[in-house]
Amino acid sequence: MQAMMIARAKELLESGAVDRVLGWKTGEFVYDVTPAVFTSAEELDAGFVYDEFCGPNLSKYLISESRKGGKVLAFLKPCDTYSFNQLLKEHRILRENVYVIGVACEGKTDGEMLKAAGIKGITGIRSEGGSLVADTLYGEKTVKKADVLHERCLCCKSKKHVVYDELIGEEGEPDPGCGRFDMVEKIEAMTADERFAFWRGELSRCIRCNACRNVCPACSCEKCVFDNDASGIAQKAAADDFEENMFHIIRAFHVAGRCTDCGECSRVCPQHIPLHLLNRKFIHDINRFYGEYQAGEDTDSRAPLNTYSTGDVEPSIVYEKGGNR
Amino acid sequence: MQVNESAKQFKPTIVAFCCNWCSYAGADLAGTNRLNYPADVKIIRVPCSCRVNPMFILRAFQRGADGVILCGCHPGDCHYTTGNYYARRRMTLLFSMLDYLGIEKERTRVEWVSAAEGAKFAATMNEFVETIVRLGENKRLGDLRCKQ
Repeated sequence: MQAMMIARAKELLESGAVDRVLGWKTGEFVYDVTPAVFTSAEELDAGFVYDEFCGPNLSKYLISESRKGGKVLAFLKPCDTYSFNQLLKEHRILRENVYVIGVACEGKTDGEMLKAAGIKGITGIRSEGGSLVADTLYGEKTVKKADVLHERCLCCKSKKHVVYDELIGEEGEPDPGCGRFDMVEKIEAMTADERFAFWRGELSRCIRCNACRNVCPACSCEKCVFDNDASGIAQKAAADDFEENMFHIIRAFHVAGRCTDCGECSRVCPQHIPLHLLNRKFIHDINRFYGEYQAGEDTDSRAPLNTYSTGDVEPSIVYEKGGNR
Repeated sequence: MQVNESAKQFKPTIVAFCCNWCSYAGADLAGTNRLNYPADVKIIRVPCSCRVNPMFILRAFQRGADGVILCGCHPGDCHYTTGNYYARRRMTLLFSMLDYLGIEKERTRVEWVSAAEGAKFAATMNEFVETIVRLGENKRLGDLRCKQ
């Protein structure tokens, strides 16, 4: 797969069809894969990787990359294409400057989870059926994929590329039965006190590094409401837990109806807060109240919060029935 | 020493966002009709119910509100034709999220009050204040930094 991608990128660079290539390169460790731009065949040979650790979503980088002049080649995984399509819909990416190659994905591995599973000193990884074989300093180790995949990959909503110029690998299909709302429903079934305790436990760990905001493809405002120092919620407040609630509610609300559920927020969280559960709550509510909607699936439908119908449910549904709808 | 019973009683702070065209006029009508509703309700006039940003609601709680109610024109009667339809979707999602985070779901409410419904305005406020008094102080979404 990686060799095919490098070969195709070199072809396109050589023919002058593209000027830059947006892909991934290995960071300090093999599991620290980071997005990178390559401009020559030598650079591609030296640094380009596509392996089990290529979790980062490249779509957000295309906002600036598509405006730098010349054409950029981007390798996008299925979930990245949803974000890409959503950004196209919002006129954030200049489509004519991007050449998209869709690449197949069988779920990406979480380096932290591998370490938690006791696999240390990793020097390489490969996928064999339902298992991953990791080369480590202490010999080969095998681990079940289900134990170390990112949460979003365990219940992958779709393996279909919604937008591409060409594909490498096989095209997949959306999976409506992926069970991604199971945890949301479990929380909804708790009592209010239990829910409060659950979220206090999660959100109080937040250190306000803003990584979730910075990585989110839907959160791409030039100027952010949280960067206002006078707001009282621009940084971690030691005095009270209000700031945690405010930041996380508003962060999720600002992307409600536009969040494609790519799961980047939870992936980058250094404190392992399940932030996707907030986004999924909004997605689940939108699906239940206003009909099934998948952000990023197309570029012409209206976002649920950007439209209305005269027969919408009244907000009273919340205080009459509460979580158990 | 005598303890004043009435001083111990919980006095809630209720913030009511009222749209300029219907609900604010409805509140006015309640006043001119001499209908009683508690003075704990602080009315904030907004041009339209859809002017209310989710942050307004959270800010109100931060600054010490025990309950927040949003009043607007009845769906279909918006002065700007469609504003309250958007507000309805936003508030449904926001309130559902607050409930999801374990904030008491009775603390937030949306009511449609027209300019002719002074009586409904007073009745709604009486009922809402009663609910909040029963719930007690807002402890889950307040901010210590804003306490006097």
